[in-house]
Amino acid sequence: MAEPAPQRPGGQDFEQTLNQSDTNVARFENTDRTFLKSLQHFLHGNPTIVPVVILILGIVGFAVVTDGKFLSLYNMNVILQRVSIVGTLAAAQTLVILTAGIDLSIGALMVLMSMAMGHLAVSMGVPAPLAVLIGLGGGGLCGFLNGLLVTKVKLPPFITTLGTWRIFYALIFMVFGSQSIRGGDIDKVAPLLKFWGNVLVLGPVRLTYGSILLFVIFFVLWYVLTQTAWGRHVYAVGDDAEAAELSGMQSDRVLRQVYIVAGVVGGLAAWMAIGRLGSASPTSFAEANLESITAVVIGGISLFGGRGSIWGVFFGAIIVQVFDAGLSMTSLDTQAKYMALGVLIIVAVAMDQWIRKVSA
Amino acid sequence: MTVQPIVQGRGIVKRYGHVTAIDHSDFDLYPGEILAVIGDNGAGKSSIVKSICGAVHPDEGEIKIEGKPVHFNSPLDARDMGIEIVYQQLALSPALSIADNMFAGRELLKPGVMGKVFRQLDKKAMEDFARQKLSDLGLMTVQSINQAVETLSGGQRQGVAVARAAAFAKKFIIMDEPTAALGVKESRRVLELIQEVRSRGIPIVLISHNMPHVFEVADRIHIHRLGKRHAVIDPAKFSMSDAVAIMTGASEAPPIEDQQLTPKVA
Repeated sequence: MAEPAPQRPGGQDFEQTLNQSDTNVARFENTDRTFLKSLQHFLHGNPTIVPVVILILGIVGFAVVTDGKFLSLYNMNVILQRVSIVGTLAAAQTLVILTAGIDLSIGALMVLMSMAMGHLAVSMGVPAPLAVLIGLGGGGLCGFLNGLLVTKVKLPPFITTLGTWRIFYALIFMVFGSQSIRGGDIDKVAPLLKFWGNVLVLGPVRLTYGSILLFVIFFVLWYVLTQTAWGRHVYAVGDDAEAAELSGMQSDRVLRQVYIVAGVVGGLAAWMAIGRLGSASPTSFAEANLESITAVVIGGISLFGGRGSIWGVFFGAIIVQVFDAGLSMTSLDTQAKYMALGVLIIVAVAMDQWIRKVSA
Repeated sequence: MTVQPIVQGRGIVKRYGHVTAIDHSDFDLYPGEILAVIGDNGAGKSSIVKSICGAVHPDEGEIKIEGKPVHFNSPLDARDMGIEIVYQQLALSPALSIADNMFAGRELLKPGVMGKVFRQLDKKAMEDFARQKLSDLGLMTVQSINQAVETLSGGQRQGVAVARAAAFAKKFIIMDEPTAALGVKESRRVLELIQEVRSRGIPIVLISHNMPHVFEVADRIHIHRLGKRHAVIDPAKFSMSDAVAIMTGASEAPPIEDQQLTPKVA
């Protein structure tokens, strides 16, 4: 009988020397951890800090430049009221960007649905609650179209929504014409459409119902993203769709659901927009889409998907409004506002890249 | 020999256009064994393995699991039956934690209203379970179960993937080149893990190009050649060069009585 092969416990011949191998793990000089390195680590662990710091710097900056006028209650109330629309769109946008996509159509979707709600209720005599439901459902349907194009036709989200953006925008004028629906007409037949414009007075603070709804939307989104399996799947699909698929998630289904939910939230924004504006206008909120992307990016959601916290986006949306309101109080012209937001976007994404490069 | 095979494939055929990837091939996996599947590139070894886990739909032939014919539409169906796969490219989500990855796609919900109505995850239960499974396999060297997978080394990640498969596999585990991307020490660790899993009674299908690894851990070696099961050998009776010769066609398959089509009698 031959000797049994010396196998199982020690492994193979060439591995015998492993027992004597150096047990030191490669070490790198990091005795002199610079301030910058520590900061990078801190930000990596607490990504929401960046937008909070930018927000505080922005508020302090504008307070100084405007001799404190910026801090007036009136101005603060205006910012809180204005943030509701861009904030809601940013919430929808966050879902899509978490899956490593982007939604260029969500602003046009919102205007299309607010015109639809207004027309159905005011010109066609559809009961207001039904008009609202149709608007929300229509938003979901538009989102579903985006989702189908992304998952079935396999178009990149940028191209898909670039196309649907133009289509939705054209539909606004082709179906509803270029006439606004006047606030007075809405008040007469369907005051429900302006529900979110109602104001809740809490001492000196004047919150619109829309601002309160915005907070509720973010809370629900936070819950869904961090406390439910679906939220984990959204992050996982954005992080690495193939790995998510292989570990048993249905990537395409999650993607379609994300676009549908984004569309419904866009429909909700449409309803809020009527309250905010007091009317439904086809040319309103032309900047809202890009502002929502700005809010998401400043809020620290990675454009590469799978990373970021929803509360960062909340602050991101407020930052956009703070810069908007602050710069219009200074004597600078409107182009300076765009320039400042442009710089902010570039700085935010550059920060994101830098933070992501952190060595563990 | 009356042991019922876990998997029994007979006359499996898969064609892609004019190419026949699997040509009337058979496949057998028996309880408690490690079956290595080797073959040249393009021999169809991953096609045959994919066909038993639902990733490939065979055009002809029959697959029985524990004696019952099955028709999987997707790997999810196979997974529901307790068949787990460890992929070469790991299939872990880098930004998610170890616990999240272990439960990817089969998360636990909290009991009661919070789980049923509000669909809230039971994070504590999942973390405890993940910690338990990792310590069972001697893998609790990682600092925290909530660590993101991207902060782990290649070997640790493979460990998480194996632990996940071992934790949920009720029938068997398929491992596709589990050591291909690992260093010497890490490969050793994963081979030990494979034996550890086998000792728990879960059979393993091991696809590998690494002959020393195959000969070390396999109980039987399924040699695939030109889309067919060419031979099944006992690693104790054949050398690595014999196996390579059979696999590449340099020598004939051994006569059937010298093969190991059924498990060795202990």
